[in-house]
Amino acid sequence: METPTLNNKKYTYKDFGNDQEVRWCPGCDDYVILRSVQKALPEMDVKKEDVVFISGIGCSSRFPYYMGTYGMHGIHGRAPAIASGVKLANPDLSVWVITGDGDSMAIGGNHFIHVLRRNIDLNIILFNNEIYGLTKGQFSPTSLVGQKTKSSPYGNTQPPFSPGELAIGAHARFFARISGNTPKEMTETFVEAQKFKGTSLVEVMQNCVIFNDGCYLKYTDKNVRSDKQVYVEHGKPMIFGKEGNKGLVLNGLKLEVVTIGENGITEDDILVHDAHEKDPTLHQMLVRLEYPLVTGIIRSYNDVTLEERENALTEEIKSKSSFRCTDDLFFSGETYEVK
Amino acid sequence: MITLDKKPNAEALDAVVIRFVGDSGDGMQLTGTQFSDTSAMFGNDVATFPNYPSEIRAPQGSLYGVSGFQVHIGSVEVSTPGDNVDLLVAMNPAGLKTNLYAVKPGHTIIVDTDSFTKKNLEKAQYETNPLEDGSLENYRVVQVQMTSLTKEALKDVEGLDNKSITRSKNMFALGMVYWLYNRSPEHTIEFFNKKFKSKPHLIEANTKVLNAGYFYAETIELIPNSYSISPARMAKGTYRIIMGNTATAWGFLAAAEKSGLELFLGSYPITPATDILHELVKHKHFGVKAFQAEDEIAGITSAIGASFAGDLAITTTSGPGLALKGEALGLAMMVELPLVVVNVQRGGPSTGLPTKTEQSDLLQALYGRNGESPVIVLAASTPANCFNYAYEAAKLALEHMTPVILLTDGYIANGSAPWKVKSIEEMPEIKNHLIKEAKGDWNPYDRDPETLARTWAIPGTPGFEHRVGGLEKDKVTGNVSYVPENHEVMVQTRAAKVKRVQNHIPSIVPEFSNEGDLLVIGWGGTYGALHSAVKELYEEGHRNIGFAHFNYINPLPKNTEDILRRFKKIIVCELNNGQFVNVLRMNFSNINFLQYNKVQGLPFANSELVEQFKSLI
Repeated sequence: METPTLNNKKYTYKDFGNDQEVRWCPGCDDYVILRSVQKALPEMDVKKEDVVFISGIGCSSRFPYYMGTYGMHGIHGRAPAIASGVKLANPDLSVWVITGDGDSMAIGGNHFIHVLRRNIDLNIILFNNEIYGLTKGQFSPTSLVGQKTKSSPYGNTQPPFSPGELAIGAHARFFARISGNTPKEMTETFVEAQKFKGTSLVEVMQNCVIFNDGCYLKYTDKNVRSDKQVYVEHGKPMIFGKEGNKGLVLNGLKLEVVTIGENGITEDDILVHDAHEKDPTLHQMLVRLEYPLVTGIIRSYNDVTLEERENALTEEIKSKSSFRCTDDLFFSGETYEVK
Repeated sequence: MITLDKKPNAEALDAVVIRFVGDSGDGMQLTGTQFSDTSAMFGNDVATFPNYPSEIRAPQGSLYGVSGFQVHIGSVEVSTPGDNVDLLVAMNPAGLKTNLYAVKPGHTIIVDTDSFTKKNLEKAQYETNPLEDGSLENYRVVQVQMTSLTKEALKDVEGLDNKSITRSKNMFALGMVYWLYNRSPEHTIEFFNKKFKSKPHLIEANTKVLNAGYFYAETIELIPNSYSISPARMAKGTYRIIMGNTATAWGFLAAAEKSGLELFLGSYPITPATDILHELVKHKHFGVKAFQAEDEIAGITSAIGASFAGDLAITTTSGPGLALKGEALGLAMMVELPLVVVNVQRGGPSTGLPTKTEQSDLLQALYGRNGESPVIVLAASTPANCFNYAYEAAKLALEHMTPVILLTDGYIANGSAPWKVKSIEEMPEIKNHLIKEAKGDWNPYDRDPETLARTWAIPGTPGFEHRVGGLEKDKVTGNVSYVPENHEVMVQTRAAKVKRVQNHIPSIVPEFSNEGDLLVIGWGGTYGALHSAVKELYEEGHRNIGFAHFNYINPLPKNTEDILRRFKKIIVCELNNGQFVNVLRMNFSNINFLQYNKVQGLPFANSELVEQFKSLI
């Protein structure tokens, strides 16, 4: 299928913006995500009028207001449910959910797990900055134990969720984790998320410059990134490091970092990433790994979507039923005449 | 096959009230439904009232586990399930104990004597057996060994376990009552044939027991005579017996077809609203999208999403669920999308009395949201007119681009009555504000000058890409706006939009007297009880009594004040602590309103109303 066009010209990122002033703090990773989405959309097989962005509440959830597409800024935590309604009403639309770690992991936790379980064809971008931004700096469900915030002045005592772990536990078929300062990878990942039929979840490690600045620096700083992160791609060995000589192997039930060229290890010994595997065990291990931090598309397992099931059932029942209109139903069965 | 003999000595009655009671597993709801359906097909007017515990299978024989079904059949108009009963069928001591109060002295009680064991009598807290101690001497008690006779009738049927045998004794009782009221069991046998299509032994067993009961009643001389109730005089046409919740569901099916939109239901199970979900999930052949969500909030928010995308979207719930939906309802009002929220009211507050009826969510419906967030509020008043008001709720939502709350209650939702079947041709047109092409510039908050409804541009329509949301919007561009004056204009506009619905709803027309001494006011599901009480007094010669029943709560009909001023006294009757009366007091502060309230989880009884009104005239 050809890439859709606007007045016979291929879309550019500008077609997906609007005239509204963007009001995030200067230096916020949200700008990077916005631009990456706007750059990804022209690369997708979608028309502008078919794109819908639904958000909840929080800094990230202002996102739809800065897009030139259809959009709804919803209420706190409920974006996955609103988006499910949009998609079930019109499965031809490309529906995106914009959410944050407070929005999706706390107040909207229930909708988050159920949307993943159902596998409706939605694309969710989770802006994870491990803090509440819009309410000015309280700890979130992804904040670390000990983290000092406005609502934990002596250090946070509540252990965090890992979004990917929770998502895969809730049967997510597609999960990717991307660093907020890698726009090229981010754009590519969004394109893949859109291509994927089913619920896709992209967690962006998004730096909040005001309330949690530098929280990902140990993984994302340009000087350490290649040593601390492994960017995985389906079908490729999981190799990382400045020298490109570190890799992951499976040692019993644990992932282990090895060095190619040491102890007889060759590239052939390194685990090859299989994102398409149905069994999520290894994906879950990759999500949990702290060194190196795994980024890229960790899981991408094709499964039947809810809409596909619903549509097939509806068609089957339509073909078997003799009811074509309400008159058929209302006048059927146990009626009687009063003369 | 049973042929109905003309019973020359059958006593002709205008109306009769029958109550079936037993354990919650005894099948009393089915028995009652079968009897009322059969009577309706015979041409009687009917009204029913199921009354069951919230426990699914409460401990056998316990007082709180009693499940009952009351049916009122008449050759005259029947508008309530009746207060006191002419016939009580009690399948166990607990049923007798908890329902004896309702039996008219001198009238009939049929009991299954096999269930009057020492153990069951103890469970029902009887110190002596009421069948033996003379305490029932004011009633005609028909003692039948129903369980033994059922077993005897089934001794030759193969493939039945003991449990299924015992469970079919309700059909023995039904057979007896069919004979007593001169009804053919044929309709119920047809029902078995359909229900147990793949289990022929169950068709055989139930039919045998039903017939056994019928012939038993005929043969024994314990029942001295039989009654007949002639068909009622009702308007010509095709009828069916319909439950309020089914009527509600069907009203939405009709509205979807008439408006040419697809129907989306987002819902979460809650008593007593769940039957609407049960009904709509069946209709995939009409393309109905019924989505059972993870919670009440997802029920309404998925419906908001579907509405944004162009479906006729509804959500169904009961009191506590409406509380959970409050924030989302505010969003729907703010983004000005069509949406219908059905609240099948039950006894509150909190979890309250889930299986009982009440009208205590009126103020929640009107005001239960943050900020200035008016919505249209309607209330259906009979099982059958749930159809009309569901249709009307959808029509108003689409034509005025605003959420509508439709209030019903457990009483009319579970009650059933004859419904004159509506063809889609008879239903009024439903317009909508979908927009595909614009003349000149288009903005999301462009409004219809008459209704103030905004245009409905749905995703997939090129050139109309726009954003809506819970933040206040500029009155023209629809962009986020914090301008103080703009906020006030938007608040007033949303209020005026709902107020202007007055121009599109019918005036209130009092029944009986149009002016005079006493105006009885009600709203919602109390129509039947209030109507029959006022009618009784009017027919006794009190010609200065009028009755105004409200189905439109917000906005109120335009002529409301005019009607109120025509009467010397006004009494507002509600199954709550006085919610509508205070709405009226607020709207018409210089009119004096009396109030009559009941908050017992039960409907009004005719007698209490008549007594109350008599004291005022």
